[in-house]
Order: sequence, then structure tokens, then C-alpha cells
Amino acid sequence: MNSSVNYIIRRLLYLIPVLLGVCALIFLLFNVVAGDPTALLLGKHASVEQMAELREQLGLNKSLFAQYLDVVKSAFTFDFGRSWSTKQQISSMIMQGAIPSLTLSIPAFIISTFTSIIFAVIVAYYRGKGIDLFIRVTCIAMMSISSLVYILVFQNVLAFQLGLFEISGYEYGFPNFLYYVSLPIIIWIVLSLGPDIRFYRTIILDEIYQDYVRTARAKGLSEKVILFKHVLRNAMIPILTYTVVQLPFLLLGALLLESFFAIPGLGGMTITALNSSDFPVLKAITILSAVAYIIFTLIQDILYTLVDPRVKLQ
Amino acid sequence: MFGQTTSADGILVNEVTAQAPVKKKSSLWYDAWKRLKRDKIAVASVIIVGLYALIGLLSALGIVAADWNQEVGPSYAAPFENWDYILGTDIFGRSVITKVIHGTQIAMSVGLVSSLIAIPIGVGLGAIAGYFGGKVDEVIVWFYTTVSSIPGIMLLMSIAFILGKGITTVYIALGLTSWVGLCRLIRGEVMKHKNREYVQAADAIGAGHTRKLLKHILPNVTHIVIINTSLQFQVAIKSEVILSYIGLGVSGQPSWGTMIDDAKLELARGVWWQLAGATVAMFLVVLAFNILGDALRDALDPKLKGKS
Repeated sequence: MNSSVNYIIRRLLYLIPVLLGVCALIFLLFNVVAGDPTALLLGKHASVEQMAELREQLGLNKSLFAQYLDVVKSAFTFDFGRSWSTKQQISSMIMQGAIPSLTLSIPAFIISTFTSIIFAVIVAYYRGKGIDLFIRVTCIAMMSISSLVYILVFQNVLAFQLGLFEISGYEYGFPNFLYYVSLPIIIWIVLSLGPDIRFYRTIILDEIYQDYVRTARAKGLSEKVILFKHVLRNAMIPILTYTVVQLPFLLLGALLLESFFAIPGLGGMTITALNSSDFPVLKAITILSAVAYIIFTLIQDILYTLVDPRVKLQ
Repeated sequence: MFGQTTSADGILVNEVTAQAPVKKKSSLWYDAWKRLKRDKIAVASVIIVGLYALIGLLSALGIVAADWNQEVGPSYAAPFENWDYILGTDIFGRSVITKVIHGTQIAMSVGLVSSLIAIPIGVGLGAIAGYFGGKVDEVIVWFYTTVSSIPGIMLLMSIAFILGKGITTVYIALGLTSWVGLCRLIRGEVMKHKNREYVQAADAIGAGHTRKLLKHILPNVTHIVIINTSLQFQVAIKSEVILSYIGLGVSGQPSWGTMIDDAKLELARGVWWQLAGATVAMFLVVLAFNILGDALRDALDPKLKGKS
């Protein structure tokens, strides 16, 4: 156990250089490469004084190092300043946007994960047979169509032509939101089936070729018992850790889906910010998603070492 | 070929094979090609990819689809009514099939150029990190951990947004966001290879770091680059569509992305042929790259066969 504690402490300390690196990268992109945004903000006819004043307001006349420190500070305090287009506090915009995003992404994620695992188990059980081949081919075929096409076609057929679903006008509160998120959830599930089934199948097959499975088979256990009692239990470890890293993306919602169905979540907010050249919002969401990703990979690593005693700690 | 004969079994074996008449050509690449040939679907995928590459090349040279910008018929003419524009026309009366062909050029070039950017970065950093280890390795691992900590789509959008619209942006943004996976794989593989006997043998006859790395180790990890490139193409082609939707894609010329994006407004009017044309064209080549990626992995790295 001592080595686990050591590992976790070292892993925690590693967060610092990675966070500083992420901040440096974002700073490099938004503050150095992007150049001076004041001309863009004020239009072509801005006077030199106006531009200087705005630069002062935005903190752009500070030294580059001070600007970098601002980026680092925002990653810890979540104080990202105000949006250029709505003038709202970005942190409160994000708080508001998180709820609609989660109402879409949590149910979609749970349903799609369970469906994919069920399919993956079926495919692994019948590995090498016709049904395995059929599902694998279907998965690859489904992955070969652009996600934008799924959204366009589903929205057009199911919502516009058949009128089965709402396509805009998101309402807060249960169960109202369900009317607006059900079609995006369906599309999400369809989109994730292909890659997820393939991924979970690989995990399960990784286990099936282990020695302990051969032992189980040698002592006469049936394929079903082996699959459910031995293989699936062991496969749960990588499955669990894989799903943990997906969690931060739930917060971000689905960029395209939210934008298409006018769901006022973080994904839609990102697309709007892109279209209106809203630098601070885009920067804030990039920082936030990176921080969330770093934290959840940390949780994944720690879970992995705690759950699976075979993992050697270094 | 590719340093195989001098490497894997060392000097002794070479002398033996030099004396005995060589019966059959056998190398990693030859064996892989034999394995790949047995798989009919993989061969079909190679043909499809080759065909698309040819169409892309012909279009780039201006031999086909150079007139994509020409008005050939009425606005939104339905498909299969006129041989001059068999897949119908777009809002400006331009032939959809010509646009699909020009889109092939864009798609293949996006895959190619982004790979050409990603491969040197990924292979270079990965090989250096894996070979030298120690502090150099730590810095490179830190660097790619940092890059991969920003979710791919956010990094892609940020880079594209900052560089501004256009095809060069698409190349650079996709190239700069897709080297990390390759870098990780190469690093791991080089680490495995650097202590193998053939590298020790090279060391014993006085090969320097550069020679050991470039002449001996890298040829043995090339298969990873090839498998990865096949997958990189399809990711790049799919990402181009997303970038087009958010207004950061190709501008001033048709691509599959802009055609699918146009369908946003067209579908409600019953105009489905631009979407269908671009989607079918894209489906075939992305499917081919997907199957080819899997088949190449099975052929070049048989240890992994049957997995995924």
C-alpha cells in the first residue's frame, strides 16, 4: 500500500508541470500567435487611441510573462473575465451552460455505454462467426459516414418530415427538457455505437486470450460461465477506467448536436463563440476542458492502480 | 531491403545465407504483402484508395474537374436527368459530380499533407524519446502529455480559429493535432528495439547513435507509421467536414465538407443530391481506409491479429 501512496503523490505532483504546459500552449495560441484582437473588435475605422484604450482594458499591454500568469491564474480560479460579445461573466455563462449539456450527455452516455457493452459481449461470444463479422462490418460502415450527415438526415427525416421531435426551444426542468434532448440523444447513441462496440470488443477479447481463461476452459467450465463470471469481471477494470476519462467530455456536451438543436449548453456556446470571434470564451472553454481532462485522467490512473492489483507501481 | 538482412539475425546468419542459394524472397514487407493479398476485401480497399488517389491527382493537375466553377445547367437540377450533370446541380447550377471529384482532390490532399506534418513530428520525437531515454524522454513525454491534455476537438478548433479560414489552416491544424498517438507508439517500440541483439551488434561494429537509430531501428518500426497513416487519412477526411460546418474549413473551392454543410439549407427544400454525392464518395474511401488500416495491422503485425 505504501507504494500506492507514493505513486499517487508522485502522480499528483506531475499535475503541476502538465497544467503549466497546457497554460503555456493556450497562451501561445491565443496571446502570441493570434496577435492583436483589438482591430478585429473595433472594426476597421478604430482610432489609435481607442485601440490603445481597449488593449489596456483587456490587459494586453502587460508583459507577455504577466499575460501568461493571467492564464495560469484563470485555470485555478476559473475567473475568465467577460465575454466580448455578451459582456457576461464567463464563469457564470459556463455554470448556466453546464446543466443543459449534462441533460443531453448523461443519459446519452449511460444508454450508449450499456448498449455498446451488450453488443460487445455478444460479438465476443460469437467471435469468428457470422454475427461477429456482421456487427464488425456494420460498425466500420457506420463509422465511415460523417457525424454531420447523421445529424442532418435524422433531423430532417424524424423532426422536419415526420414531426416526431422538437428541434429547438429548449426548456429547463424535468421532464420538459426530455422533449428537446431525445432526438440528440438518439443521434449520440447511433454515433457512438460503432467506435464503442469495437473498443469494448477489443478489451473483452484481450481478456479471452489470457491464461486464466484457458485454465477455466480446461477444468470444464462452459463458455457462458467463462465469459460472464471470469472475462467480463476482469474486463470491467479497463471498461471502468475508460469510461472515467470520457466523463469530462460530458460536460462539454456535444458541440454539433447542441448547435443543431439549439440547446443552450457549453457545446453550442463554443460554436457561437467561434462564429463571433469571442476569444475569451473560447479560451476559457479550452482551459476548462483541459483541466477537466487532466483531473479525470488522474482519477483514472489512481483507480487503475487501486482496482487492479496486477498493475505494478513505479 | 530496409536493413532487414543485416539486422535481425546479426552477422553470422548473413554469411550463411550468402553462401546458400536464395530460394525465396522473404522479408517483413514481402510476407506482409502476401498476407494482405489473401484478404480480398483488403485488396479491394487498396484499389479504391488507389483510384481515389488517381482522381485526386488528375484533378490537382487540372485534367479532370477543372471546370467545377462553371454553370452547366439550371439551379438545383435533379440528378439522373441530364448526362452533362448526372448528379444534378447546386444552387449556382454547377455540376455536383464535378464538385465531388474536386472534393476528392481536397480530401486526399488533406489526408496527405496532414500526415506529412504529423509523421516527422511524431516519429522524430518518439524515436528520440525512446532511444535516448532519461531527461530527454521526460521532456518529450511531458510535451505530448501537455498537447494531449487539451481535448482534440478543442485544440483543432482553436488552432483553426486562430490561423483563419482556408485550406492551409486545415492542413496545419490537422497535422499539429494528430502526431501524439504516433509519437507514443514509436517511443514504445523504439524502447523495445534499442536493447535487441541486432542493435548491440551494430554498436559493436562501431555504429553511432544516428546510424543505429536511422539505419537499424527506424526501418523496424516503419510498419507503425504505415498503419497509422491509413487511419490518419480517414480521421483527416472526417475532420474536414466538421471544420467546414463550424466555418473554419476550405473556402473558395468545393470540398465534401462544404457540400455536406450546404445541405443544411438544401434538405428542407428537398435537395438531397449534394449531400448524397459527397457522403457516398466519402463513405467509400473512409471505409476503404478503415479496412485497410485493420488489414495492414494484421499483415504487418500478426501478433495483434484478431484484436479489434
